[in-house]
Amino acid sequence: MSKIRLATVWLSGCSGCHMSLLDIDETLIELADRFELCKSPLTDIKEFPEEGIDVTLIEGAVANAEHVEIARKARKASKIVVALGDCAVTGNVPALRNGIPPEELIEEIYGPDVTVNGNLPHEGVPRLLARVRPLNEVIDVDYFIHGCPPPAGVIAKALVALLDGREPQLVGKDLRFG
Amino acid sequence: MRESDVITIKIDGRPIATSAGKSVLQVAKENGIRIPTLCHLDGLSDVGVCRLCLVEIGGKLVTSCTTPVADGMEVRTDTEEIRQHRRTVLELIFAEGNHVCAFCPSNGNCELQDLACELGMEEVRVPYSYPRNRIDATHPRFLIDRDRCVLCGRCVRVCAEVEGAHTWDFAERGRSVRVITDLDIDWGDAGSCTDCGKCVEVCPTGAIIRKGAATAEMEKEPELVADLLERRGDV
Repeated sequence: MSKIRLATVWLSGCSGCHMSLLDIDETLIELADRFELCKSPLTDIKEFPEEGIDVTLIEGAVANAEHVEIARKARKASKIVVALGDCAVTGNVPALRNGIPPEELIEEIYGPDVTVNGNLPHEGVPRLLARVRPLNEVIDVDYFIHGCPPPAGVIAKALVALLDGREPQLVGKDLRFG
Repeated sequence: MRESDVITIKIDGRPIATSAGKSVLQVAKENGIRIPTLCHLDGLSDVGVCRLCLVEIGGKLVTSCTTPVADGMEVRTDTEEIRQHRRTVLELIFAEGNHVCAFCPSNGNCELQDLACELGMEEVRVPYSYPRNRIDATHPRFLIDRDRCVLCGRCVRVCAEVEGAHTWDFAERGRSVRVITDLDIDWGDAGSCTDCGKCVEVCPTGAIIRKGAATAEMEKEPELVADLLERRGDV
């Protein structure tokens, strides 16, 4: 059987979902032979592949222009896209800033300490969206894994199903937010 | 029970003998048939505002908490259509507020969080509204974080019906509706509040909480209302 081509993405999140993914422990070793990790914060591959990904897990909400670009690229290249964790599913903590204009936030957080060239950098830094959005407001999402972070057991359950080519059956307590 | 008081209804095809004057929800509960609820609480009046207890009677969707049983009534509680409507209602409740379980004191002890699991709410399909709500922490022991309020009105009812203080009420209309204390003054200044804390215990989410409770530390006892009324001989 050919290996499943897997990718993982980290948008606006704390990386806790990736930590929880690694927290699957020895199951991850058992599963390791069944997939090839094509792009992930856990590898050194810089660009998301143009095509040919079977499953992409996306952690984090969509908070800036670069996130939109990456999410769309991942959607286009992947057969299955999974929203991993509450930030991707609901916006969660990053979405707390919604309702406050981004310019005000940047000024409040970085403004008083600007010492280089006397102003805030505006080139090479992705533009913040007016509103942080959950992943399903930006691209079509096939499956949702809840939790902040999702418990390792729930990620394992979903991952095993996806590697087997089955639908992840997440029900009841598996769907707990928080 | 007099013979003439006995009525027969069918819930999901099952014949049930009961008595007039009860709600469909109450009869379902007595017979071990689960209907999801949020604004209902045993001991308080029923108002049918959350719409989660929808059932189908004679081809129409009605709230089971406010519909009295009638002889020959046929009730369906769990059709695909009902499940879809309940899920949509729940998604709208989530989209209307700022429900962030991750750092909520009621995380793990929340009726809204449990309903999302029970109704299989994988995603919210409508855009979140991200309202800017006012937190009122002026009371010495309690606080209200309106981001987590689902407008079930349990606080309003328990305060008026059980404590008899009527500190809580609703203000505004439509999307602007919010719960207020006295005539929309700070809770800490609300002279009618007896500091009894019943609103804290009945609030189904982390909206009204005890001060000092950090993430996942808030546990409530909504069943104390029915207990209290029983002790008072007031049921």
